[in-house]
Amino acid sequence: MMPRSFARAAVLPLLLGGCAYQRYQSDFGAAGVEDRQFLTLFWIFLGVCAFMYALVIIFLGAGIARSRRAAEANVVETGRHHRSHPLMRPTLIGWAALIGVGLAGLAIASFFTDRSMAAAAANEKLSVTVTGNQWWWDIVYNSGDASKTLRTANELHLPVGVPTRIILNSADVIHSFWVPSLAGKQDLIPGRENDIIIVPKTTGMFRGQCAEFCGVQHAHMSLVVVVESYPDFVKWWSHQLQPAPMPTTPLAMAGYKYVTTGPCSACHSIGGTTAGGLVAPDLTHLASRRSLGAGTLPMNEGNLYGWVEDPQSLKPGVHMPTIGLEPDQLHAVVAYLETLK
Amino acid sequence: MTDVRADIFDLGRRENERERVEAENRRLEQERKKIARDGPKLKGEKLASRLDATWRRPPGIIGWLASVDHKEIGRRYMLTALAFLVLGGVLALAMRVQLAQPDSALISAERYNQLFTMHGSTMMFLFAVPVMEGVAVYIIPLMVGTRSTAFPRLNAFSYFMYLFGGLMLWIAFALNIAPDMGWFAYTPLSGPQFSPGKRADVWAQMITFTEVSALAAAVVLVCTILKARAPGMTLSRMPLFAWAMLVQAVMIIFAMPAIALCSSMLISDRTLGTNFYNAAEHGDALLWQHLFWFFGHPEVYIIFIPATGFVSEITATFCRRPIFAHAVVVLALISTGILAFGLWVHHMFATGLPRVGYSFFTAASMSVSIPTGLQIFCWLATIWDGRPRFQVPMLYVVGFIITFVIGGLSGVMVAAVPLDLQLHDTYFVVAHFHYVLIGGAVFPLLAAFTYWYPKITGRMMDETLGKISFWLVFLGFHLTFFPMHWSGMLGMPRRVYTYPAGLGLEVPNLLSTVGAFVLAAALGLFVINGLVSLYRGVIAGPNPWGAPTLEWLTSSPPPVYNFAHIPVVESDTPLWDSADGEYPVVTGLRVDQKETLLTTVVAAAPDTREPIPQASLWPFISAIAVGIVFVASIFSPWAVAVGVIPCFIALTAWFWPKELKRHPEPVIT
Repeated sequence: MMPRSFARAAVLPLLLGGCAYQRYQSDFGAAGVEDRQFLTLFWIFLGVCAFMYALVIIFLGAGIARSRRAAEANVVETGRHHRSHPLMRPTLIGWAALIGVGLAGLAIASFFTDRSMAAAAANEKLSVTVTGNQWWWDIVYNSGDASKTLRTANELHLPVGVPTRIILNSADVIHSFWVPSLAGKQDLIPGRENDIIIVPKTTGMFRGQCAEFCGVQHAHMSLVVVVESYPDFVKWWSHQLQPAPMPTTPLAMAGYKYVTTGPCSACHSIGGTTAGGLVAPDLTHLASRRSLGAGTLPMNEGNLYGWVEDPQSLKPGVHMPTIGLEPDQLHAVVAYLETLK
Repeated sequence: MTDVRADIFDLGRRENERERVEAENRRLEQERKKIARDGPKLKGEKLASRLDATWRRPPGIIGWLASVDHKEIGRRYMLTALAFLVLGGVLALAMRVQLAQPDSALISAERYNQLFTMHGSTMMFLFAVPVMEGVAVYIIPLMVGTRSTAFPRLNAFSYFMYLFGGLMLWIAFALNIAPDMGWFAYTPLSGPQFSPGKRADVWAQMITFTEVSALAAAVVLVCTILKARAPGMTLSRMPLFAWAMLVQAVMIIFAMPAIALCSSMLISDRTLGTNFYNAAEHGDALLWQHLFWFFGHPEVYIIFIPATGFVSEITATFCRRPIFAHAVVVLALISTGILAFGLWVHHMFATGLPRVGYSFFTAASMSVSIPTGLQIFCWLATIWDGRPRFQVPMLYVVGFIITFVIGGLSGVMVAAVPLDLQLHDTYFVVAHFHYVLIGGAVFPLLAAFTYWYPKITGRMMDETLGKISFWLVFLGFHLTFFPMHWSGMLGMPRRVYTYPAGLGLEVPNLLSTVGAFVLAAALGLFVINGLVSLYRGVIAGPNPWGAPTLEWLTSSPPPVYNFAHIPVVESDTPLWDSADGEYPVVTGLRVDQKETLLTTVVAAAPDTREPIPQASLWPFISAIAVGIVFVASIFSPWAVAVGVIPCFIALTAWFWPKELKRHPEPVIT
């Protein structure tokens, strides 16, 4: 098993594949229509606020500089006889008007941005249901055709340029779905159904993270989002719809037997096998995914060993128990899981 | 016939009655002449020693527990709140150490979640609100020129409730049953299903303690400010700090019931099996957020508004002129207090409520910056037209303006829905509210401590040490919190115990950690200055800063009865407006009993004499009885039913009416 810190440090460079971090999980990512609109509005707000701040600082600085010269006259002005500069009262009124106009302008800009986000969302082409769980994401690609409905976990693939409605539910506590490079966040609330429309504009890999505190492992509830061309997306979808292949090596076969009949199948499901648990991530194409444990570790053989053997030490508090597999069982399970491409 | 005869009899009876009353009045007149009162015949040393004998509490530990002196209670409030500030600050440092580098494993996830929960709860409920109340409980009666707060026993009760609530939370932390679901305790995470054990109950009962305490203190302050002002201190002449505390206390009275309700419903869900927040049983998880933020947003202004009062007082004193446009500042305070109740949904922009409603809350949230902007202008105009001396309190005021305005402007940003959806629950928001709460409330608080320290202790704080700690506080603060805007924009959510390498978060987090230690060292220096100056500080005298308000009229520290004679106020800056150093006073209050003068609400005309209760142990005993109920109800709901009995006994003893003697003195008419 790899040392933990090394395993963690290896996650991002592997996932990034050379793409700059500013785009990976950042408000500056500008990879989706919503985030681009956010950035435009943000710069407008920042400009107006910086202008107002400059006025305050100039007034303060000038006041200090001016008063220091006058400080020699060590006079207390009494309550009955104090004087203000004759222009001060009109300036106060002007300041109030300036704040009012500035705020009205910003409120209108905000309102129109909000409207245009809603308008961009009007014609959705794809619908995905994301259900928040402590501490992983259950993902279902909806389709009118039941045979095309796809269940996966922790890795969301989106076709570039296609408005996608993401329907948000929670199975336990409140979570928040947030992929900063693409769009703002939206909460997943038990007993309610929210949605968010994302229109990705550039292909690439992005990271999302739960943004509402949801318990012990809130920090390790992240999500990989792969934005790809429409043909690539269709290819991915049809591949993911395939049931898991039967293992060919004896070692993997032993693992298959253990996973489908042992404790794993109580929680996990694997398409095409008897493993049908629904309370944990679907494993049908586990090995095709880029991360383990909802973004806790990068997907590779070493981390699979570590995760299967002792998830509690890698993600303390995770609902997957440390079962205490014998070494030969561990080898077999990992060998099988690696076939789930 | 019978009727007429009855009337005649009645007339005779009335005649007798009148004679009897007149005789009684003559007798009372005689007795009245024997009563000792302050006035031309009784003044100076002799008056002081008699008042001191009347007002002094019994000595010893019993007397300490029984004290109803607002200065003693205010001091305890401030010192206790400072102790909690230190504890909350240590937690903050622990969190900053953990976040100094990515993938750090120094602190476990569970422990970290307790740390930020304890940090938020301690700072909001056990430091920020109580410390403002403590300053007010000490200063307000002096500032409005009276001898005691209204309801001094309630005041003592409020302190003990606060102390017990704080102790309970921190003892729970020491016993490893501290809450771990955030200071906001969102359901269903804090509900019975996802927070088994007692952690969430400890949090909810700590809330109950502090809300009872805050409500009691608010009632005390409202009544003191409205009824106990010195004659002549009309509402239009009332100092701005008193205005700020009036607005703040009224806000507490409106805001606290919301959290009393929602935390009681949470406890009920957890211990009685109700389903207020359980969506599976037709409850609603969002109900919590509405009720919590209906309290939680005004809470921010409950902390900030007293601070604006500090700033106004200090700016006036150090610029040696009254605040520009006094009336505008008062109206700004009142409108901030009202608007603060219309903003709570801006904490819930990501919860999927209707968009039309969001637009309203965006507009309301932005509009609250109008009154605040006007106040800032008034302070700046006062500096412009005044002759400021930049001693330590004024330096903090300048630091406050530079810092707080950044927090206010980033608040305008997060008020816009499209911006908030990205910035909400990230470190950008952490930066925003620390700019508002530390820049907007702690800077003025440090100014206020330095400003009123000589009044409370009789000695000045050291100016050089004060300046050094100011600059360190200022730099440390910005080094800690400015990079958080950046880490938030780079996608760092709040309340994460660690973050991965490679997102660009390493540099801003390291800067924040370094800054946090600078800030902590600076605050440590401030505390050391406070301790050393107790013994080494320059003797202050009654009015070391040349301030205009009444608290500077009496000696430093003030005598137990505050003023030998109640002052009379003829302007809004009474100490500046006396040409010869002579100040008019009212005389005629009893010196053989604790007594003060009440005045009318608006015009502050003398209204009535008010007897002030003696020191009593019953507020302390009542607080213990109520505290036991609150703590025990964590473990069994039956504690409420059984515990009512000792509470009832303690409160009955507290309020037991004294035998009604016919007082020889009439009220002033």
